[in-house]
Amino acid sequence: MPIIVTKIIAFLAASVVQGIPLIYGSTGEIITEKSGHLNLGIPGIMYMGGISGIIGGYLYEHYTENPIGIIAVLISLFASLFGSAIMALIYSFLTVTLRANQNVTGLALTIFGVGVGNFFGGSLLKFFGETGSIYLAATSAAYRTTIPFLSKIPVVGTLLFSYGFLAYLAIIIALLASWFLNKTRYGLALRAVGESPATADAAGVNVTAYKYLATLIGGMIAGLGGLYFVMDSTGGGWTNGGFGDKGWLAIAIVIFALWKPKNSILCSLIFGGLYILCVYIPGLSAPMKEIIKMMPYLVTVAVLIFISIRNKRENMPPASLGTSYFREER
Amino acid sequence: MMAKQNKIHEPPFHIVKRPAIAGWKSVLIRAIAIIAALGVSSLVLLILTKKSPLEAMKLVYEASFGVYNKSIDKGFFAQIFTGRKFWAMLQELCMLLVIALAVTPAFKMKYWNLGAQGQVLFGGLCSVAVMFYLNNGFWATHKWLVLVLMLIAAVVGGVIWAVIPALFKARWNTNESLFTLMMNYIAIQLVSCMINVWVPNGSQVMGVVNQNSKIGWMPAMVFPDAWGMHPSAKNYFFNILIVLCLTVVMFVYLRYSKHGYELSVVGESVNTANYIGINVKKVIIRTLVFSGLLCGVSGFLLVSGTDHSITTGLDRGYGFTAIIVAWLAKFNPLMMILTSFLIVFLGKGASDIAMNMGFNESVGDIITGIIIFFIIGCEFFINYRIVKTHREG
Repeated sequence: MPIIVTKIIAFLAASVVQGIPLIYGSTGEIITEKSGHLNLGIPGIMYMGGISGIIGGYLYEHYTENPIGIIAVLISLFASLFGSAIMALIYSFLTVTLRANQNVTGLALTIFGVGVGNFFGGSLLKFFGETGSIYLAATSAAYRTTIPFLSKIPVVGTLLFSYGFLAYLAIIIALLASWFLNKTRYGLALRAVGESPATADAAGVNVTAYKYLATLIGGMIAGLGGLYFVMDSTGGGWTNGGFGDKGWLAIAIVIFALWKPKNSILCSLIFGGLYILCVYIPGLSAPMKEIIKMMPYLVTVAVLIFISIRNKRENMPPASLGTSYFREER
Repeated sequence: MMAKQNKIHEPPFHIVKRPAIAGWKSVLIRAIAIIAALGVSSLVLLILTKKSPLEAMKLVYEASFGVYNKSIDKGFFAQIFTGRKFWAMLQELCMLLVIALAVTPAFKMKYWNLGAQGQVLFGGLCSVAVMFYLNNGFWATHKWLVLVLMLIAAVVGGVIWAVIPALFKARWNTNESLFTLMMNYIAIQLVSCMINVWVPNGSQVMGVVNQNSKIGWMPAMVFPDAWGMHPSAKNYFFNILIVLCLTVVMFVYLRYSKHGYELSVVGESVNTANYIGINVKKVIIRTLVFSGLLCGVSGFLLVSGTDHSITTGLDRGYGFTAIIVAWLAKFNPLMMILTSFLIVFLGKGASDIAMNMGFNESVGDIITGIIIFFIIGCEFFINYRIVKTHREG
């Protein structure tokens, strides 16, 4: 196989690895936004999902002689979901029940989540009197297990079957979310809550419950993106701030995907590619590399402008997005 | 069937909007929230660092005001005033404050500018470029001119970065929060790119510019020797003074100028603004020019008066914190001095405790987050009232 083909295949596979956290993040945010809540805390929730998984996996590996892969996965998965659920609950309690400003609450959540992530990421080992940095060999190996024979097929195997189970789960969740929003009664009710909570309320939909559940489930899905990043793409380690700005990109992808989880899969993969592009272009000088790294953001800006100029009605966000609902105020 | 109908499902409490609240009551509610937040924060510190709340409080205090040393022949307040910690705290407070001032007019207009970080960074980058290139010959003898050029460059940079999204917002109603957010990352990449251009050895670190000639450095204040001021007091004095002046200017601008009135009308209702003949597009762009200008000034102060260099972390992550500081102060610039003090004081304290225990300084962010959650939450009790539902019949 010529070297260029190998490189392109490696690039595409790397794009998928970079894109998966974005699929989780944007799907979670779409579900949340469909209830009328713009959760700017998604970056914090993704950090929290990552670090909670790390803590869960670490505790298991620390206290067991021979960690078993499947149990390590279950424990860290549960820990991650728990951590992001707590974050989502803080957000929904403040914005749904206490009707706080959604933008400010979201930003505070992000500051908090990134702080928790970086604190435990840097200090977890100190609590147990160890030095060095976190490395969860057994847990991460379990997460990275691929389908035995299929992944060995050249080209197709690398492109389609070389990822851990969380990658496939991301696509399944995005498709399920798409089906849920468009084909089920509950999905219809949720969209109604986001478009006009007063109307939904009058029709007998429990607005508060929908808002809580959408934020909670959306947050937990987003948290899995953080978990995938730490367990699969970085191999069970933690670098402070390593997750970077992917949470913000996930929020931006929601707009490109026009609030449709199905679209977010492709958008996320393209963004994953743009994210990693600079590594695969040969012969770049150091300053040029930094310029190429701007690509995802420049493309985001271009698409934002394009969508706003086209200004089509079906491409608009849920009508009540960003406002809190107070029944007695209608 | 009948029995089911007779049973009325009604929660025992319901929420009512308050028409207005007495001033002392709202202060009391906020005070309770802050005390509760401090309680939870010290609990978190206790769990994480095993320091008793009293000990932790002492350390938090010392992080901002320094350790009181009885053996030195100086009064309690004189020791604080001449010490390093106090001035370092003031400096951090002022840098947070000036960015908060910068985002305020835009937020009053309900324009969600999440791009303060990028505006500060790009302003700082322009400033550093001037400092980097104009460092010899003519410029060595005209240091003040370099400073002026740096300020102008920073302001132009900040304004460009702020006004691009504003133009699109005004013309096509493009989503400004995501646009400004992306501008942050574009600025970050530009900074990394320029660092690579200026420092070709690949170390990715700019290092202090003009270390010996001090061209483009904010001049130091001259205090009488007898006062025994710490050098950081001299270095940071003008930074702090400038920010305090800007605070007053912003207060007057928002409260007493026609511009300030117009932007708050646009924030309350765009329809009203159109109706009374305010040109909304013009107000949006003008306000964002002003916002960007102040972000540029922050970038200048951070480059010229603080770091004398540039990193992608020049803004110290204050871009987002500043939004919260401004919002907590209800967009009142004088109140922002208090709110930024609260955030800096507790954040510094928490980081100091953590560093002292060998943990990393991110504890500061955790504590900041907790405090903000409480203060955001308490707004509910200021705006709403919970009343017992009276059953009829």
